Amino acid sequence: MPELLDLFTKDVQELENEGFLFTTLEKLLSWGRANSLWPATFGLACCAIEMMSSTDGRNDLARFGSEVFRASPRQADVMIVAGRLSKKMAPVMRRVWEQMPDPKWVISMGACASSGGMFNNYAVVQNVDSVVPVDVFVPGCPPRPEALIYAIMQLQKKVKGQAIDEGLVKLPMVEAWKR
Amino acid sequence: MGVMEIAKGMGITLSKLFQKPVTICYPEQPAQLKARFRGRHVLTRHPGTGLEKCIGCSLCAAACPAYAIYVEAAENDPKSPHSPGERYASVYEINMLRCIFCGMCEEACPTGAIVLGNEFELADYRYGDFVYGKEDMMVGTQGSKLQRREARTSGKPVVMGFEVSVREELEGVKYAPDRRVSDGESNRASNPANPESAGRKA
Repeated sequence: MPELLDLFTKDVQELENEGFLFTTLEKLLSWGRANSLWPATFGLACCAIEMMSSTDGRNDLARFGSEVFRASPRQADVMIVAGRLSKKMAPVMRRVWEQMPDPKWVISMGACASSGGMFNNYAVVQNVDSVVPVDVFVPGCPPRPEALIYAIMQLQKKVKGQAIDEGLVKLPMVEAWKR
Repeated sequence: MGVMEIAKGMGITLSKLFQKPVTICYPEQPAQLKARFRGRHVLTRHPGTGLEKCIGCSLCAAACPAYAIYVEAAENDPKSPHSPGERYASVYEINMLRCIFCGMCEEACPTGAIVLGNEFELADYRYGDFVYGKEDMMVGTQGSKLQRREARTSGKPVVMGFEVSVREELEGVKYAPDRRVSDGESNRASNPANPESAGRKA
């Protein structure tokens, strides 16, 4: 009898954690999303040069299904904020992010976008996370193209629901839905 | 004008078809770094005694243009010292997101304790996880926080996606997939005191 009860509680937990009808579909969806992350172009400074060169022949971001940089946010899945964000640009970026269709992700590339870097002054937003929800931060000034590719690999893990943070807490697949 | 020109153009296209691809398949193949590439910092130790080189003077923090470094010094216990000097760094933190990897901390350091290594795979999910403490940067620690966390949870070793010939300042540092290091060099890296004493004998 207690075994049965255990089984029952296990089932209930599984239901609560994964849902019932759409578990397999969700996996398929996240697999598809993770392998076709189309970035919106949001190059703001020198990091944009490295972002561009990550799609060139040598580094070839197309191997991960995210080579098509979309000029229209309506067709993009992930916004790569590459460079320092000035306070005047912040509302524009927020608007571009809001125009992107759900589900959407944000990569904060480089020291300036992620923390202001060495530009600790009145003109620069000190963390892009205060404007849009950031999924992956990439340190570096600027990060190598390989570092950006590594970040996109981490984002793919997050999209698939395999990401954990330093406190071993499982991260949500889409941060934007939590806000 | 006509068939010949088209054939000429197509000939160029065709000849490119047989070229070796220029793509470096990064996660599968290691990225080739130059030794002077500046990546994640390493706190080095004295080769013979194993004591920390850092004496907690905070000159690196003063030199840092991005104010990314925080050092807290404490008095050494003379019986079991952390460093050869009077003081040592009890707290040594670098915010990797603030850091611009300029190498000024390395230039300012009087003991050569803080050296910029070659690791660049530092991406992570949470802002708060980017403050690297002493244990994250001390010699012998392999990989970024995310890489080590993944290794811990999956049980696999940390694999770094680059190859580099480690420069001299990075005493004792050996990056895991460095297949180009010859036996003699790897011996020196694991026990840096030996070749010096051997040289003196000779």
